Amino acid sequence: MQDFGSAFTLAFQLVLNADADLIEIILLSLKVSLTAVLLSALIGLPLGALLATARFPGRQFCLLLVNALMGLPPVVVGLMVYLMLSNAGPLGWLRLLYSPAAMIIAQTILITPIIAALTAQVISDYEREYRELFRSMGLGLRQRILTLLFDARYSLMTVSLAGFGRAVAEVGAVMIVGGNIDHLTRVMTTSIALETSKGDLALALALGVVLMSLALLVNALVMTTRLTAKRMAHD
Amino acid sequence: MTEAAVRLADIGGCAAVAPLLSARGLRFSAGGQTLIRDLDLHFSNHGISVVMGPNGAGKSVLLRLLHGVLKADAGEVHYAGRVLDEETRRREQAMVFQRPVLLRRSVEANINYVLKLHGKADAGRCQALLEQVGLAAKLRQPARALSGGEQQRLAFARALAAEPRLLFLDEPTANLDPNASAMLEDLMLGAAADGIKLICVSHDAGQARRLATEVVFIHRGEVLAQQSADAFFDRPADPRIEDYLSGRLVL
Ligand SMILES: Nc1ncnc2c1ncn2[C@@H]1O[C@H](COP(=O)(O)OP(=O)(O)OP(=O)(O)O)[C@@H](O)[C@H]1O
Ligand SMILES: [Mg+2]
Repeated sequence: MQDFGSAFTLAFQLVLNADADLIEIILLSLKVSLTAVLLSALIGLPLGALLATARFPGRQFCLLLVNALMGLPPVVVGLMVYLMLSNAGPLGWLRLLYSPAAMIIAQTILITPIIAALTAQVISDYEREYRELFRSMGLGLRQRILTLLFDARYSLMTVSLAGFGRAVAEVGAVMIVGGNIDHLTRVMTTSIALETSKGDLALALALGVVLMSLALLVNALVMTTRLTAKRMAHD
Repeated sequence: MTEAAVRLADIGGCAAVAPLLSARGLRFSAGGQTLIRDLDLHFSNHGISVVMGPNGAGKSVLLRLLHGVLKADAGEVHYAGRVLDEETRRREQAMVFQRPVLLRRSVEANINYVLKLHGKADAGRCQALLEQVGLAAKLRQPARALSGGEQQRLAFARALAAEPRLLFLDEPTANLDPNASAMLEDLMLGAAADGIKLICVSHDAGQARRLATEVVFIHRGEVLAQQSADAFFDRPADPRIEDYLSGRLVL
């Protein structure tokens, strides 16, 4: 076990030297989580907007469900996806287990409800404000949803960033379905868990620093987005 | 003759022409209060009908009901002889709300949105509309960053972009400086001359004199008068109106 001081020094050296292993892990993390956010946004944004805009029986139940799913524990999602993708599972023939694709699927399932629920909240505020205008213009459901999604674009960007923040920081789901295989499915959070348990604190700390910087960056982006929206009087 | 027909006759020979818009037995309650009570109104297919009345009389509620963006508890609104439907409203009507709701886009995009909706997207048309309301220089600014009066002018231009047959205006000049107000009044007269029917709420008796072919006076959700403008200002149908106009009576 290294002492703390040298671990920190080593960690910063790894970051500053752009260590090849480190970079590989970071890039895979970004690839998995960004893809998952993209997919979740493609599903969650229209779904949330639909739940906020359309009036149909069972809508309240759907909203309740989506909100409840927001709190899904990552390990449970990981387990579910594992059961689906394992050899004995219904989707076992896809042979996706322990691949980045499996991790993307798990994270997509994890954050789609988050994006959908937050989108529904954001859009229903906008919808209330625009309702009479839309009626006056005689817009159909599709046009209303598209208009609301566009007009809420700044808020929805922060919603997506929140989804990304959650995806990139979770460890349970990707650990179970990815397996933390070196050079294949090892991402930042799983590496930190592994290296810490192995006592190799330097790599763990280096990844921790990167992960925290990423969180800071995401928050900075959220703030910039908010400020831009305010400047344009679009908030 | 029915009471409504008598009123129509009062406007001057319009009784023979079928009304463009009529409300029968309109009733609307909210918050435990009856805001519109069994109201009958008929609007001819031309000119500017100015709706007047004190604050809280129910003018904005009435306009929403007539436009169909608010559902009445009872009664019907007929447009061109038929019950008003979504598609007809989209094609033939537009409304400028008392508090304009602008899209979170540029000034230009707010106009283009409506032009596109009506299949008339055209940069020249957008430019012309904005010039009419004196906003051509603000083309690319975010609409919501405009001043209150500018927002109202943009909402007016956006309503014109729909090329409606019937245009509802809820105090369109309330926040405008005298110049902008005169500009909008000219546009309204121009629109009426082009054959657009206007139904416009106003508190400004001077404006009503300049614009109105007829005046409808609303008080506590009821129609106290529907008269030609001349008759209304000469000998209002209800004694309370005279007092209200001279500021002697707060209804
Ligand atoms: N949704 C609602 N729920 C409860 N009360 C309402 C609702 N909408 C309007 N009212 C009430 O109905 C009354 C009439 O409102 P309305 O906006 O039509 O007045 P107005 O004649 O347009 O007044 P102003 O000249 O101030 O614009 C007001 O007292 C208002 O508080
Ligand atoms: Mg009003």
